[in-house]
Amino acid sequence: MLYLLIGLAGSFGAILRYALGELFYNPDIIFPFPTLIANLLGSFVLAWFTTHIVWKFRLSDEVKAIIGTGFVGSFTTFSTLSVETVTLFQESHVFLAFLYIFSSIGGGLVMSRIGFRHRKLEPKR
Amino acid sequence: MSSILLVGLGAFFGANSRYIVSRWISVRWKRSFPLATFLVNVVGSFWLGFLIGNDVRTSVMLLIGTGFLGSFTTFSTFKLESIQLHLKEERKVVLLYTVLSYGVGIPLAYIGYLIAHH
Repeated sequence: MLYLLIGLAGSFGAILRYALGELFYNPDIIFPFPTLIANLLGSFVLAWFTTHIVWKFRLSDEVKAIIGTGFVGSFTTFSTLSVETVTLFQESHVFLAFLYIFSSIGGGLVMSRIGFRHRKLEPKR
Repeated sequence: MSSILLVGLGAFFGANSRYIVSRWISVRWKRSFPLATFLVNVVGSFWLGFLIGNDVRTSVMLLIGTGFLGSFTTFSTFKLESIQLHLKEERKVVLLYTVLSYGVGIPLAYIGYLIAHH
């Protein structure tokens, strides 16, 4: 049952990522904005969900795995990031390739940190 | 419509595979370095490069590339684990995790592409 729900949540996450890619598809823009947007948005949401929502609503490990690992985990991706970086290098867009890597590193960490909540600082209920 | 179904079907198995790998490794690997996420990300990068190098049909790309491998690998967990390590003062592990993920993942995607392309 858990595998079924993680799978379905993963499907929704991936379809949302795919839809975002189709929505923002523009052959004139070389920089891979759709993946970057999905990855940065997902980094914020996963940190916020894991450190705040799970705690606030006392969600079980199963629900945490379905939404966190399944849905958000599949909404974001690393393999596409790697391949897009290779493509940028191959097409001699060296500056854009490095910009993509560094905005993924910096942006991902910043977004995850913004979403992160210290449980000890939360008031007891 | 069918492209959405292909992505969804691939992702159903991709997300579960990542979950199973992370559960399997978490009981065997007790060090702070997030081995499971690192492995799925670099292995998935290799296979996506391989798939692109093979110039596969769009339907195969949607099912296995965007769906399965896209969901087998993850970015959000990678960053959350980095922040958690950073807050535990494990700065060196964060640096190692970041450098290895990008430094191994991107070259592996290229190697996968080259293997398929030649």
